[in-house]
Amino acid sequence: MTKTKSGRIVTAAAVAATWAGASLAADFSACQVTDTGGIDDNSFNQTAWKGVEDAVSELGVTGRYLESTAETDYEANINSLLGECDIIITVGFLLGDATKKAAEANPDQMFSIVDFAYDPTIPNVLGQVYATDEAAFLAGYLAAGMTQTGTLGTFGGINIPPVTIFMDGFYRGAMYYNAQNGTEVTVLGWNPDTGEGLFTNNFDSLDDGRAFAQNLYDEGADIVLPVAGPVGLGSAALADELGIDALKIVGVDADLYLTDPEKKHVYLTSITKRMDATVREVIALAQAGDFEGGVLVGTLENGGVDLAPFHDMEDLVPAELKEQVEAIRAGIIDGSIAVDG
Amino acid sequence: MSERETEAGLAESLLRRAAPDRSEFEDLVIVPIFAVVVALILGALTMLATNVDLPTIGKSYLALVQGSVGSLNALSETLTAAAPLTLAGLGIALGFRAGLFNIGAEGQLLVGGMAAVITGFSFPGLPMAIHLPLALLAGAVAGGLYAGIAGWLRAATGAHEVILTIMLNLIAFRLVDYMLRLPWIQREGRADPISRSVLTSAELPRIFTWLDPNLRLHLGIVLTLAAVLLVHWVLFRTKLGFEFRASGAGPDAARYAGMRAGLLIVIVMACAGALAGLAGANQVLGVLGRATPGFSSGIGFDAIAVALLGRSHPWGVLAAGLLFGALEAGGRQMQVSAGVSIDLIGIIQALIIAFIAAPLLVRAIFPWGFRRAAKTPKE
Repeated sequence: MTKTKSGRIVTAAAVAATWAGASLAADFSACQVTDTGGIDDNSFNQTAWKGVEDAVSELGVTGRYLESTAETDYEANINSLLGECDIIITVGFLLGDATKKAAEANPDQMFSIVDFAYDPTIPNVLGQVYATDEAAFLAGYLAAGMTQTGTLGTFGGINIPPVTIFMDGFYRGAMYYNAQNGTEVTVLGWNPDTGEGLFTNNFDSLDDGRAFAQNLYDEGADIVLPVAGPVGLGSAALADELGIDALKIVGVDADLYLTDPEKKHVYLTSITKRMDATVREVIALAQAGDFEGGVLVGTLENGGVDLAPFHDMEDLVPAELKEQVEAIRAGIIDGSIAVDG
Repeated sequence: MSERETEAGLAESLLRRAAPDRSEFEDLVIVPIFAVVVALILGALTMLATNVDLPTIGKSYLALVQGSVGSLNALSETLTAAAPLTLAGLGIALGFRAGLFNIGAEGQLLVGGMAAVITGFSFPGLPMAIHLPLALLAGAVAGGLYAGIAGWLRAATGAHEVILTIMLNLIAFRLVDYMLRLPWIQREGRADPISRSVLTSAELPRIFTWLDPNLRLHLGIVLTLAAVLLVHWVLFRTKLGFEFRASGAGPDAARYAGMRAGLLIVIVMACAGALAGLAGANQVLGVLGRATPGFSSGIGFDAIAVALLGRSHPWGVLAAGLLFGALEAGGRQMQVSAGVSIDLIGIIQALIIAFIAAPLLVRAIFPWGFRRAAKTPKE
């Protein structure tokens, strides 16, 4: 008797479980393939992953990620997520080829890629790009107003557009400061006209970040902008040792004051590229069924790029300079100031 | 009486040939199997120590199996990853056989890959029957010549090949960086170091795209198997192979027997480099379709472990290459299904190698797996 009863209960439970399983399967899943810096790089990959995490908590989707350890992983990683995820988000310019290949072979799979815009566009890929030079222009202006030595420095990871666009904006912002104030601040490490500058040629060596910052410091720079993901943490370590009077760092991608709490005091500000905002936006679009291939551009106007607060350095930045930066921000948004030289 | 004795001796030697020495069997089969088992157990303990719960550990090892052999795609990924490791591993095994410790596979792979890519994007209009073999040949020749430098320096000056090959690796890294920025190699419209794309006529064609367009397995696996057979034949069936092995087992004896040690070193290194160069060609022509600074992705270093694990025997190297390929493909699946870090696979790989390199340790842990050492060399 009891046996049959419990047997029935088990059957009922099994039916309920099947139902629960079915509704779970209807969930929307977003998957991310990182670049070689790793998911915990305090910067690029981590910011994009935060977008997925935000979508998980706010939109009720499921999210997961795959880390690439080498370039040969890109395609394999994307392939292993095919059919497992509703949308696959690849993070980084270097994944451009692999994403294109996978998207063309699987036209029914939704893709989105951070930092790459296809020309012509692919119907099932939404590219996320950023007018980073707008925010970097503000940072360049600010840094030119803050420098004691009259020399700023910058270096990049690899000479690719999503990296050099920071350096372009930073350089031109500093030049704009010179033009406005009659100063002669120089920027070492990048020349937007020749397209040549300092590059570590990797996105993972903290030692390089330290060595490059040291070189720039030795050449007189007292504010350095490293545009190389976690490599910049090495530069921050140097600034920490030298003291912020000798060397300040401008962060990139995320507000490094928040993501690098151990060295937070060395950051003058950060040029934030709100990949979390655009990634979350793309997931929301896809979940709502409004996904369309094309390009999504983050700007100062829509908050896709911005300048982080000064935090501890709030009192170091003169009020007048702050006002000028705000005026330039408005000028960039309304189009009266051109950031592309 | 004496006739019967020789008969018995003959029978015994025939028997021995039919059933290889038990201790050899233990070394080649049982030690690796137990090493893998211990490594997986220690891997599980590592996961436990990093706060991964037991169900997830079970799930991740299940994913390891599924991702490596559990589906057509998994098998394809395993073989795709195994091919370059096996090719480069064969080269290193050749060196070991001849008593040379070649750390330079990574550099030889880079140089070979670059040569293959350059051949692959030049010569538009060539039919595939000519273009593809030409690109492969370019990879092998370039890798062979590059390794030949180390071999020649070793033979001519006595400089140690470990140092030579490590230094040549460093040079190869920078050489590739430099070459990828040369205007005739760099892809148009790109400022970062990336080569032009390999033409279709020089690509190693994918074998199973008619089943599923995402299956990446390409003709390189056939090339790899052919290389295994060729190396086996050379090593055990030719005079040259005998000389390799003789100079590895007893360099002085080999010299007294009239073998030209210097020349042999150069030839061994060149063959090893050619195999590593083929591994590079396999990657750029079969997997990537282009070259970037990171295209070698450490295969040349992993291949050292593959050669060691395979006990420098061609079949062993193939088996070890397959194991490493399986770990790579399965490791990916561990990330996908269980969310376990890819770094863990690296730890498990390292543990496997460590245990295989220490057979006495494995024998001590699993005493019942082995026959007691009856003939100790001390006697």
